Amino acid sequence: MSVLPSQGRPAKPRVGLFVTCLVDLMRPSVGFAAVKLLEDAGCIVDAPVQTCCGQPAYNSGDRGTTRDLAMRMIEAFQGYDFVVAPSGSCAGMIKAHYPELFEEDPNWRAKADALAARTYELTSFLVDVLCVTKVDAAFNGAVTFHDSCSGLRELGVKTQPRKLLASVEGLTLVEMKDSDVCCGFGGTFAVKYSDISGAIVDAKARNIEDAHVPTLLAGDLGCLMNMAGKLSRDGRLIQVRHVAEVLAGMTDVAPIGAAKADAIK
Amino acid sequence: MTVHSTSPQFKQNAARALNDDQLQKALNNVKQGFIDKRQMAADKLPEFEALRDASRDIKNHTLEHLDLYLEAYEEKVKASGGHVHFARDAAEARDIILNICRETDAKTVTKGKSMISEEIGINHHLEANGIQPVETDLGEYIIQLRNELPSHIIAPAVHLNATQVEEDFRRVHTHLDAKRDLSEPVQLLTEARAVLRERFLAADVGITGANFLVAETGTSIIVTNEGNGDLTQILPKTHIVLASLEKLVPTLEDVSQLLRVLARSATGQELSVYTTFSTGPRRSTDADGPENYHVVLIDNGRSSMLGTSFEEMLRCIRCGACMNHCPVYHAVGGHAYGWVYPGPMGAVLTPSLIGVDQAGHLPNASTFCGRCESVCPVRIPLPKLMRHWREREFERHLTPATVRSGLKFWGFFAKRPALYRLATRVAMGALALAGRRRGHFAWLPMSKGWTKYRDFPAPQGETFQARWERERKGQAA
Repeated sequence: MSVLPSQGRPAKPRVGLFVTCLVDLMRPSVGFAAVKLLEDAGCIVDAPVQTCCGQPAYNSGDRGTTRDLAMRMIEAFQGYDFVVAPSGSCAGMIKAHYPELFEEDPNWRAKADALAARTYELTSFLVDVLCVTKVDAAFNGAVTFHDSCSGLRELGVKTQPRKLLASVEGLTLVEMKDSDVCCGFGGTFAVKYSDISGAIVDAKARNIEDAHVPTLLAGDLGCLMNMAGKLSRDGRLIQVRHVAEVLAGMTDVAPIGAAKADAIK
Repeated sequence: MTVHSTSPQFKQNAARALNDDQLQKALNNVKQGFIDKRQMAADKLPEFEALRDASRDIKNHTLEHLDLYLEAYEEKVKASGGHVHFARDAAEARDIILNICRETDAKTVTKGKSMISEEIGINHHLEANGIQPVETDLGEYIIQLRNELPSHIIAPAVHLNATQVEEDFRRVHTHLDAKRDLSEPVQLLTEARAVLRERFLAADVGITGANFLVAETGTSIIVTNEGNGDLTQILPKTHIVLASLEKLVPTLEDVSQLLRVLARSATGQELSVYTTFSTGPRRSTDADGPENYHVVLIDNGRSSMLGTSFEEMLRCIRCGACMNHCPVYHAVGGHAYGWVYPGPMGAVLTPSLIGVDQAGHLPNASTFCGRCESVCPVRIPLPKLMRHWREREFERHLTPATVRSGLKFWGFFAKRPALYRLATRVAMGALALAGRRRGHFAWLPMSKGWTKYRDFPAPQGETFQARWERERKGQAA
């Protein structure tokens, strides 16, 4: 992955927050945690009007709709030094797949390439581009971390969230077995092939449980909703949060899939 | 199409597999064994990643000039006294093989492990014509006894456990003492070895596959761990090599590079126990070898992949690493895929060979986790190619109507940001209110696929964009 040399970066970079549709709709607190982390690191953050990057259409084979939505995204995020998403999957869609969408359209291809080059997943932007080494947050307890597939394999997000978590006061990271194995979400896969998805997330839930920690973190809300939904269905009392919430010290909201009261331990 | 496909029933196959406790136990071996071994082998070789690049390049180069290499290969085989037969499809291949067997008046045929032989369904064809085929790879021998297809391309019987094999041996090997002890795997192995030894000696024709065909020398190469391949191709009077077109490689030097990634990716071995080179029939100075040497080069749909994005699939060297690392394969095993090739490589290759209308589920049944691509020794972009199949299905209206209309509905809003914000604001507000008490839903209308196995977390309420507008508008820009 490309890492900008720090001297080539504006003193106060203007960041367009690509909040992602799941965070926008389901868990805006993750978006505000991302805003806090970016602002603490010296960025000027804006969230332009946006909908979706088009990944559901892309992975369903609907290239036409995907291109339409990609063009909107490219236009919405013009003029920012960087585009940052609290999701490896959605950032990966822009970074790894937008250029391919416009292979036969040099004009849009150039725009897609430019957007891809300045788009980052949140933790990798903080660590790799802004060279952040510590965050101002405290979290009392042990957590385990699931590596979401797209972030891990398309963008190389692996050490960055762990580096930042290591700086959270009071937090211990306990690695689960197979943290880099898919949770079975896969977007529409979870619904289209629910039996298989159910079996995969079952294996994941066992590994999470075997880590014997009260908290599960990850960097992608889709995977988090899948794992949280499974843990809650099975009656496993593990609180599930997006890593940004912990890094920003914004853990006063209820964990994913839990009622407000459950958050108070 | 040759071997009957149950790929259209993938979902039912998968459901059955998920409820098969014995199979689920057997699949655990795949999860645990192969992955660590491959990783250790790769870690021990500093140039492993560079070798993957080189392997990709060798195969790409060969595919770009396949016609030239095919001609060169044919000439070399002829010069060494062998015969080359070109088969356009499975039926032609079966006829060619049957004719060769008839020419030598063959009664029994031994076989080394060969996936292309499964693809063309040669065993049934030979049996139907009065010739007895005998699989000599232990795993293949077992599944032949059970009349099954392989469930894995390098470990064909990986879906079985020792007790099942014992039952099959007792059922078939009726000439042996019924009270014999077969409780240890080594006893099963010894028995199979003894039974097969007689078959090797009696065989009139030996059929093997090929891992590589070398254009430079006219050599066919097999890699095996049991030595059965050698006995299959050396003892009988006639050796028939079955290979699909893409097995071709220009030179022995190229093969030596590919061999360095093949076994490491497959089983974590540096090399398989046997790597056997055969060039033409026995020469007068050779101590042993067949009198007749035939190569049947089978297209069966490959040439139509050339020049398309699926050409990349023809780089595949059949190591099985993609399925060893696939969460879907781990969950349902190989038979659920419904045809010859399972796992991610099967999900791309099968629609090419039997049609996407038949095998449409396979490229859809992937989470796109990308682990297959990350271990492929020839760097085939498997998720991308599966997506290309989804695009073809969408274009041809093979995508299920529910998915299409769902996409349309969602796309309508996603393309209209103002409407989207309004609709989502209302919907999320209502959903949050309904889910306030528990924080999740055990049931939601039209969401059975999700809620069958998981709760659906309730949204927080106000959308990000609504709150941003309320709190920040005008500040940041």
